[in-house]
Amino acid sequence: MGYSFTAPAKNWATEPIERTEILWIVIAGSWCLFMFCWMIAWHWIGNQNMANEAYKTTPEAYAKKVEEFTAKYTVRQDKSDPSLPVVAPPPGSDVYLAASRWQWRPIVEFQKGKSYRVHISSLDWDHGFSLQPENINFTAYPGYDAVVTMTPNKTGTFGIVCNEYCGIGHHTMLGRIYVKE
Amino acid sequence: MAITTAQSPFRTDPLTGLRIDLTAQALVKVNAVLAVVFLLVGGTAGLLVALTRWPAVHLLPADLFYMALTAHGIVALMVWIIFFEIAVLYFVASTLLSCRLAAPKLAWTQVVLMVVGAAMTFVAILQGDSSVMMTSYVPMNAAPHFYLGLILFAVGALIGCGVFWGTLVIAAEEKTYEGTLPLTVYGCVIATIIAVFTIASGAIILIPTFLWSLGLIKSIDPMMYRVIWWAFGHSSQQINVTAHITIWYTVAGLAFGAKPMSEKVSRTAFLLYICFLQFGSVHHLLSDPGLSSAWKIFNTSYMMYLAVLASLIHGLTVPGSIEVAQRRSGLNNGLFEWLRKCPWGNPVFSSTILSIIIFGFIGGVTGVVMSVEQVNMIIHNTIYVPGHFHGTVAGGTTLAFMGLTYYLIPVLFQRQVIMKPLAALQPWLFGIGTSIFAIAIMGAGTLGVPRRHWDVTFAGQALGFEWPGMAQMMLAIGEIGGVIAVLGGALFCVIVVGSILIGEPVPANAKNIVAPPADAGGHKEIGMGGFEAPGTFILAMVLFVTLVLYYFVNFKYLATLWTLT
Repeated sequence: MGYSFTAPAKNWATEPIERTEILWIVIAGSWCLFMFCWMIAWHWIGNQNMANEAYKTTPEAYAKKVEEFTAKYTVRQDKSDPSLPVVAPPPGSDVYLAASRWQWRPIVEFQKGKSYRVHISSLDWDHGFSLQPENINFTAYPGYDAVVTMTPNKTGTFGIVCNEYCGIGHHTMLGRIYVKE
Repeated sequence: MAITTAQSPFRTDPLTGLRIDLTAQALVKVNAVLAVVFLLVGGTAGLLVALTRWPAVHLLPADLFYMALTAHGIVALMVWIIFFEIAVLYFVASTLLSCRLAAPKLAWTQVVLMVVGAAMTFVAILQGDSSVMMTSYVPMNAAPHFYLGLILFAVGALIGCGVFWGTLVIAAEEKTYEGTLPLTVYGCVIATIIAVFTIASGAIILIPTFLWSLGLIKSIDPMMYRVIWWAFGHSSQQINVTAHITIWYTVAGLAFGAKPMSEKVSRTAFLLYICFLQFGSVHHLLSDPGLSSAWKIFNTSYMMYLAVLASLIHGLTVPGSIEVAQRRSGLNNGLFEWLRKCPWGNPVFSSTILSIIIFGFIGGVTGVVMSVEQVNMIIHNTIYVPGHFHGTVAGGTTLAFMGLTYYLIPVLFQRQVIMKPLAALQPWLFGIGTSIFAIAIMGAGTLGVPRRHWDVTFAGQALGFEWPGMAQMMLAIGEIGGVIAVLGGALFCVIVVGSILIGEPVPANAKNIVAPPADAGGHKEIGMGGFEAPGTFILAMVLFVTLVLYYFVNFKYLATLWTLT
């Protein structure tokens, strides 16, 4: 009687709880409460938070925005891949990045310390936006235009890797962001 | 000695004294053997994945890699585990309550449906046009029978839960047990309630997706798919957690005569699972657009981490109950004499204790940290994620199931386990291999390496770049660990199948392996400083400090990133 696999003792509901368990519940419970408050607090005390801004769109409408954005701010063709335009939007502006099989378009150039409203969406399947080596990761859906305001704090060349599986060419799907002084 | 009742023949197992319904025994055997067969299939697919992601080997071409990865996810994560869980449900409800199994014909229908469903989905994957990964996010599409197979499999599992509940009703009506349900049965009830929620969610999203694949529905919203699919996908892992924790309690009782430290605490912790565990599905949506932070925080924290609290409680009470039992039987010196003198060479015990350690330190700590809304941004969809869930599902669930299997072979099949020295080694091989795999690829994930990716060297890509040398080394070490784990898994399959086929019969005078009443030794005053389980408390505090440090290390790393608002 009283094993885990047999019926418990008749007084199981009123038996006193042993000291080891009580102390552990208090410690573990306090930490759980702390983690909950900290996650909320980081929205005020931290500088890295998920934006809550997103809009319904369609792949066609979004593709059009990306096209207009690219046409407006293209400064050169990229050295690594001359077929890709490099777009340098002014600080504070809306930036449109499109994921499709199997590319992130266009390549953009930011200035360090300046903020940009970066729109992320997909034109076909689900894709991943994984900025490396910063290691910032978001998901892109078709039909949803998500906006996150980014302020680069380092200069350099940053790769965008697709980290949401999107078919046979998934591992060839890349993009790029340049950040200059 | 066989006893026959009006309804169904029973036998009394000479080894354990358990009264076993022969129909239930046949069904438990079939489900368990099918589980092991699928473990072998899933493990083989896993080996192919590991040998491809190991950069120096890079075995498969891209299309076969994605196919093997889809197969590995579905077979190892769903098919093997759910077959084994059904076996556990039938065993627990019938044998532990000395009851006949309800509706044997329905139970056989469960077996057929799950086999047909699993085979159908597996064939769809092998045909090559359903390499959509386990998650099969729309609008990426698989062949219709890929979804249909999953639906049939789920219906079979649902029937299994019904048979379990039916058996409990019979046991209550026929008064085959007295008083409150044993903790083990109670844990299984919790698991089946979560299972019904899980399967309902799966039906709600997979049936429309099946119709969509046939062209009968025009489109499925990608966000709706992900939200509901994860109510199925993550919840199915919550069934596993509940099931393997139930098995920890059971094995602690069977192998040591341990009694739960407090039934009240353990049962309340299980109840917290029912109330709060399902919210955890939102972990997978933290980096998705269109969902508010308030919604994400409420859900990802399991409503103020109350389900995490439950897991932390089980993490203390299971080893704590073993410590109390060991101390009562005389191993009361110092902090850790009870632990040193545990039967480390007994695979039933070593599987269980390794499962507790790996689930807590590798799967648990990382799971809590990565499911913080903000920290998820530096982890989402990197190879860190499979690192984490191999800590929970391979190191936690699979290893716990292996331990129970070693216990059940002599009971159900009345055969001795063969190759005893190798059987003693096997849990260590699988546990250590899994741990190396999980920790190393989490290291690579921390450096940004993506999951589900055939070629992280980006060979021939104009926009390619090189990962830090450390990331590549971590990948290589991890996949070597993966190969070791697969060897451990293969050894398990060989030992189980071998024992069933050629194991020696259990001798008639074999020792009763349910331990004698633990407090028979008369050691009433145990422990130190008023604590009955001081050693376990110290170990729990080590886990606690690890969790706190790791939590803040991640925030420190997060704080160095670009500003994101």
